[in-house]
Amino acid sequence: MTPDEIRRALTRIGHEILERNGGAQDLVLVGIRTRGYPLASRIAEMISGFETMNVSVGALDIGLYRDDFFSRPPQFIGATDIPFPVDGRAVVLVDDVLFTGRSIRAAMDQIMDLGRPKRIQLAVLVDRGHREVPIRPDYVGKNVPSSFQEQVRVRLQETDGYDGVVISHGAISSVNL
Amino acid sequence: MLIPRTAESRGRFSDDFGDTQKIRDSEKSWNHRHLLDLDDLSLEEIALIHQNAQSMKEILTRDVKKVPTLRGKTILTLFYEPSTRTRVSFETAGKLLSADVINLSSGSTSVQKGESLLDTALSLEATGADVIVLRHSHAGAPYLLARYMTHTSIINAGDGAHAHPTQALLDLFTMRSALGTLVGKKVLIVGDIAHSRVARSNLWGLAKLGAKVYLCGPSTLMPWDLLRGRNEIPNHPFANVEVGVGLDEAIEGSDVVMALRLQAERQHQGLIPSIREYVRLWQINEERLARAGGSVLLMHPGPVNEGVEVSSQVAHGPQSVVSEQVTNGVAIRMATLLLLGLRGDS
Repeated sequence: MTPDEIRRALTRIGHEILERNGGAQDLVLVGIRTRGYPLASRIAEMISGFETMNVSVGALDIGLYRDDFFSRPPQFIGATDIPFPVDGRAVVLVDDVLFTGRSIRAAMDQIMDLGRPKRIQLAVLVDRGHREVPIRPDYVGKNVPSSFQEQVRVRLQETDGYDGVVISHGAISSVNL
Repeated sequence: MLIPRTAESRGRFSDDFGDTQKIRDSEKSWNHRHLLDLDDLSLEEIALIHQNAQSMKEILTRDVKKVPTLRGKTILTLFYEPSTRTRVSFETAGKLLSADVINLSSGSTSVQKGESLLDTALSLEATGADVIVLRHSHAGAPYLLARYMTHTSIINAGDGAHAHPTQALLDLFTMRSALGTLVGKKVLIVGDIAHSRVARSNLWGLAKLGAKVYLCGPSTLMPWDLLRGRNEIPNHPFANVEVGVGLDEAIEGSDVVMALRLQAERQHQGLIPSIREYVRLWQINEERLARAGGSVLLMHPGPVNEGVEVSSQVAHGPQSVVSEQVTNGVAIRMATLLLLGLRGDS
């Protein structure tokens, strides 16, 4: 995806979120670290451009809730920072790539530990398929069919210095969509 | 005391340890099955513990203080010496991570019947313990266990006067949280350093982190075994440590003042003339603390003997970060438990 395509996708997602939730009342965005958070911030900024409400944005790290914690080497775990209550709010989880769905399962478990949201929805920039749990996105930037062995990575200005989506086949890093 | 409320905070530390992102991305940052002392840890490993501890602090602010990560893991605390803080801190850390925590103090176990430390530990390992947290009066006790355990991890919660790594890690974390970096900062340690495992572990950590360490107290209580040859031997780990008897000069310009507990028996052993003389020469009080920098941190590992090593005013004064130390202790111990990679197959 080019930077313009990313921008248009996020704008569309912003509008869709407002449409499905009937406005920004009680709406909060929670970005899944690392790249879900800058995406959530961008969407929030756009939404406060359309409506005259500021939407709160939080960051969530799934490190402590992963189902594969013990099969990975000891890791850095980022901080979860959701400085507002989630009770009764419409929480939209935001992530860069949706793949097996396990990260989203972990994120939902953590949100539930923090309170009882009115509803949880999911926005992703890229859906690459290969779900291993019954989780589906509510808002998708782009569907990118991929083979299981490929790696699909999103690059963002805030974290990587540029906007793009990169698919790599094992050792060969190639296509920039 | 709470974490900064900026969602994009990458921790308040400077990048002392070089590229923080590289540490985050590296999968080789932690290589230990046990935590015995700070001299075994690299800068990257200390950085990793601190970064993770920073993330753990948020959990302490939740309504429901629990995450599921160590569900089904068993942590045993085995304390041959009494403790309030350290034991409760480890127990809390384990429980917040959903582990099962069992506390043993030697007085209520078969140690009373003469069972050896090693046999005790082997039996506990056989019950399926994932971690044993050991405090013992003999230096080296946790090292003995580490040699014989096949799958249980050992954490040293204090072995004689030798080491107390989690205390030093939380002390360093507290300092770095307030000062941003320890490079070039003046850290003054006052009191019975020779007999203090807290001071010894801190010495290793502070040297690694580039702090300017100053030790002050009676010469009879200085850790000469560690300092010997520091001016002659090249690359001596404590080459830049300064030592002095006069507290009023030593405290000038300090960024951190760490006061250590004075035990009454030092007087009985003839190492100090009297408690009264100790207080007169080395008590940290308001007047002396004012000679340090304006934002000096006053630290103490606890329990504090108010009126002895510190006056009551400074113990409860604005410079005291003693309760932050305790809170940080839980976060550091959570980070340690998570990094030990509790696996039955390691």
